[in-house]
Amino acid sequence: METILTLTLILAKIVAIVAPLMLAVAYLTYAERKIIGYMQVRIGPNRVGPKGWLQPIADAVKLMVKEIIIPSGANRFLFILAPILSIGPALAAWAVIPFGKGMVLANLDAGLLYLLALTSLGVYGVIISGWASNSKYAFLGAMRSAAQIVSYEIAMGFALVGVLMAAGSLNLQDIVLKQQGGLLHWFWLPLLPLFVVYFIAGVAETNRAPFDVAEGESEIVAGFHVEYSGMTFAVFFLAEYANMVLISALASTLFLGGWLSPFEGIPVLGEPGLIWFVLKMAIFLFLFLWFRATFPRYRYDQIMRLGWKVFIPVTLVWIGVLGLAILFRVGPWFA
Amino acid sequence: MKAIRSLQHYVKSFTLWELLLGLRVTGRYLFAKKFTVQYPEERVPKSPRFRGLHALRRYPNGEERCIACKLCEAVCPALAITIESEEREDGSRRTTRYDIDLFKCIYCGFCEEACPVDSIVLTRFNDYHMANRSESVMTREMLPAMGDDPVDALKDSRPWPSIMNKEMLLAMGERFEAEIAADRAADAPYR
Repeated sequence: METILTLTLILAKIVAIVAPLMLAVAYLTYAERKIIGYMQVRIGPNRVGPKGWLQPIADAVKLMVKEIIIPSGANRFLFILAPILSIGPALAAWAVIPFGKGMVLANLDAGLLYLLALTSLGVYGVIISGWASNSKYAFLGAMRSAAQIVSYEIAMGFALVGVLMAAGSLNLQDIVLKQQGGLLHWFWLPLLPLFVVYFIAGVAETNRAPFDVAEGESEIVAGFHVEYSGMTFAVFFLAEYANMVLISALASTLFLGGWLSPFEGIPVLGEPGLIWFVLKMAIFLFLFLWFRATFPRYRYDQIMRLGWKVFIPVTLVWIGVLGLAILFRVGPWFA
Repeated sequence: MKAIRSLQHYVKSFTLWELLLGLRVTGRYLFAKKFTVQYPEERVPKSPRFRGLHALRRYPNGEERCIACKLCEAVCPALAITIESEEREDGSRRTTRYDIDLFKCIYCGFCEEACPVDSIVLTRFNDYHMANRSESVMTREMLPAMGDDPVDALKDSRPWPSIMNKEMLLAMGERFEAEIAADRAADAPYR
């Protein structure tokens, strides 16, 4: 009886996280089309429902109704497995994200490690899809994606090491609570280079423009998911956007104080709450879209250069600086 | 000098300066006035010289203008016009057949320029479509189905015939006579 109750409670919590997440993903696609449209001086989708608000619903229905085509040369098992492998980690990672004090599905002490593990797992979906499709474009996309994610994983990991040093904990709730004290006490300031590297590496990790060589619309058609159609394609799509939301959530948790208010100390406005977390995520998501509307795709060798010869040295140097800052108890952060 | 320039380069790249400049451009356009025209509801103005669908005009007394001189047929570079003529009871020469194949027509407007009696004209009407090549040749029997008003065909989203015959062309002319006359008048000083 007890176990059933706990299981139901956990299930309810999972639904409470995944349902809004899926809604957010659906409307992120709408926001993307609208914002990029506005930046290109057009108005974006506005025909389905008032102001086009039902567009994502129409897209979802279309994708669900369409046929799932499995190419004759493909490995059927891996072909179907790949999208599942790419969305699984994107959703599972949400287990450790704290939405407020105590508002977390699994309060893991090794939360940061769990996140690192899961976000690296996502690349398997891409690689397996590229291999299982038995198509040169898909394979090229998968290879590019693999090399890119491996390179940026390191810089991302080092950036997280900086957070770990600053907070002295791997538990995401503790990390947020360590940042108490308003805008200037958040980790983005002492960890500024790591923060920038983390977010850019996050953009690369999610294969978003300007690091979308894995998809490479204009070079290799659609990269790893050329052969996918209908719901299998939709799952890849969902995974990409869920990953974007995840990276935004992580950046706000680790560097912008999660659910804490930027005006701590001021009554009412200084109250911590879910609204701050959502606002911070919205800022990062907007940045994702803004980048896509602005920057042309990186050339492949430039991506590698940026990852290995710029980001990794920058993070390494800053980890050293951070060590000294902690040693000498600098500023309000490490006092 | 070289050291300063390389220092400048490093500062510029590490502050992401050029990237921020790019973001500023798109950021400004986010709030700029949008150019989109919501097509079926909003339309951009058309010139009086616009070359859309064809029409055959009549004189104000209702008499057909076309005298079957076949100059349009002769000048047509796409060979889209087919004319047959006969003598009418009153002794005047009139067309018995006047077909324009819309698949062939290139909308150059030479027929209009060749016409000595301003009969064949290109109207401003341009939103029509042909959905099926096999059903596209309009026959006399299909005419009642199209309705009296050729524009009704568009409203019913029925496909337009690809060959406009004489009845259709004259019907177009009657439907748009006011607009056609106004456009010719507006353009007259430049001709």
